[in-house]
Amino acid sequence: MPLLEVSRLTIALPTARGMVQAVHDLDLTLARGQTLGIIGESGCGKSLTALALMGLLPDGARASGSVRFAGQELIGLDDAALQRLRGNRLAMVFQEPMTTLNPVHSIGRQVAEPLRLHQGLSARQARAQAVALLERVGIAGAGARLDAYPHQFSGGQRQRICIAMALACGPELLIADEPTTALDVTLQRQILQLLAGLVAEQGMALVLISHDLGVIAEHVQHTLVMYGGTVVEAGPTQAVFARLAHPYTQGLLAARPRLGGAHARLPTIAGSVPELAQLPPGCPFAGRCPHTEDACHAALPRAVELGGGHTARCIRLRDTP
Amino acid sequence: MNAINSIAASAYPISAEGQNHSDSALLQVRRLSHHYSLPRTRLLGPRPRLAVLHGVDFDLQAGRSLGVVGESGSGKSTLARLVMALDTPSAGSVRLLGRDLHRLPAAELRAARRDFQMVFQDPYASLDPRQRVGRIVAEPLQTLGATRQQQHERAAQALAEVGLRAGDAHKYPHEFSGGQRQRIAIARALVSRPRLIVADEPVSALDVSVQAQVLNLLQDLQQQHGMSLLLISHDLAVVSHLCDEVLVLYQGRVVERGTPGQLFSRPQHPYTQTLVQAVPRLL
Repeated sequence: MPLLEVSRLTIALPTARGMVQAVHDLDLTLARGQTLGIIGESGCGKSLTALALMGLLPDGARASGSVRFAGQELIGLDDAALQRLRGNRLAMVFQEPMTTLNPVHSIGRQVAEPLRLHQGLSARQARAQAVALLERVGIAGAGARLDAYPHQFSGGQRQRICIAMALACGPELLIADEPTTALDVTLQRQILQLLAGLVAEQGMALVLISHDLGVIAEHVQHTLVMYGGTVVEAGPTQAVFARLAHPYTQGLLAARPRLGGAHARLPTIAGSVPELAQLPPGCPFAGRCPHTEDACHAALPRAVELGGGHTARCIRLRDTP
Repeated sequence: MNAINSIAASAYPISAEGQNHSDSALLQVRRLSHHYSLPRTRLLGPRPRLAVLHGVDFDLQAGRSLGVVGESGSGKSTLARLVMALDTPSAGSVRLLGRDLHRLPAAELRAARRDFQMVFQDPYASLDPRQRVGRIVAEPLQTLGATRQQQHERAAQALAEVGLRAGDAHKYPHEFSGGQRQRIAIARALVSRPRLIVADEPVSALDVSVQAQVLNLLQDLQQQHGMSLLLISHDLAVVSHLCDEVLVLYQGRVVERGTPGQLFSRPQHPYTQTLVQAVPRLL
């Protein structure tokens, strides 16, 4: 049984123009110890997907379909049951460490909190455990800095503290939503290596969300490419980047400036990301895609099987057995 | 009135001072140093100083582009603020078209600002939400004594150059996407026909596909108008794409400089090597 099995997840959000579909029929499976990346631009639904997995959707949002975590259905689960899972078997790391950490509590207290809450450790035990966790994520001299406050740490250290909090109870699934976007490239590499090390060591599953193709290509085994709330391409990372089956994936990759690729004009994707309320009825990328035909506007293309678990939604593709 | 007349007279006017220095660099930065004073640690003690720039030297020729890379805290945004004369350096000088910007009287500095304009990182924070786009874009012309009519015309022209419609001048910033807002910020920087644009992380808040559009726009505008570009970024690929020359700033010092080709294929300084190695590569 896979650790996480999401099928036909659809999320509707309330807007001034009524409910709009922000995520449409998303499927994914993830086994223990595996890593999955979700790439896409603002508004593609990647962060909402992460929030739905954590049961943290904003007020008024409606999720339908199924999210099964270790066999348990999360959609429709009551708050108390979700709270027993969150921070315990399911954990999340957010983009901005300074808004995740509470500025008026010491870091020792914050890292110890899930341990006291979920594992019923005493204050002293939790504190000892917090030191070990902070040392594991690379906070030097953690024992002496337990009573320091978040503002006394640098951006990279704060993100490490957030990771220590997320790891406190040894979660089976860690969701990291743009964990390094606020950090420098050198720190980005350290944090991603830390996450990779933890996955290998603890057999945890990781969902890594990023807009950075390089981050995804280097750090996860499976990749989902999202556009306009729909998964347009999915598969093993190597296969996705080798084939670039969907025109959106191709456009995204080509638009990226490269080291040493001096002064040539960057190929751009025509137009701009459509608003969710104004998504075209067929393929969400129709109109911006250089290969748009009439049939693209008719219906959302099905996921075409390209071999080895690699799929893409485009009418120009044919099944490869 | 003189200023605006000369703007109207030529597509990209060269001010009188500029012509005298046509063979020297457009921008000359010499031994630029800066420190910030921190809050006192003891009631009557001295205020500790944090040195952020140490003796930075560089020249930027007319029509060329220079990139500055470095991590948070390396002093790159301080450098941009000093070049823009938004802060006064602790030591050293910034000369644009031969004039020392930090020694100009306030009125002359205000007039001189038409020659150098800035594009900021966050297009959600750099545009006043309560002003219409036409007025935001025309603002640099106000201190130059342009008439209403001239302001309208120039704003419409600048909006057209960045790919927006003339009708957009009547809208408010919230009606635009992030990429369009950054175009508005670029139109505002262009409206006075500057010789130098300083862009501090101009695309780091934008999505990949929008980032490519804005980078192409900066490149086109620079080539069309022969402007110089000082580009501050933590993203080596962006700098490599747009710039003729790159400075690597580390703890307030220039540790390496060269063309993007040299610097990123054969980095010499250990810090540059770390930076280049840290860039994620595709498979």
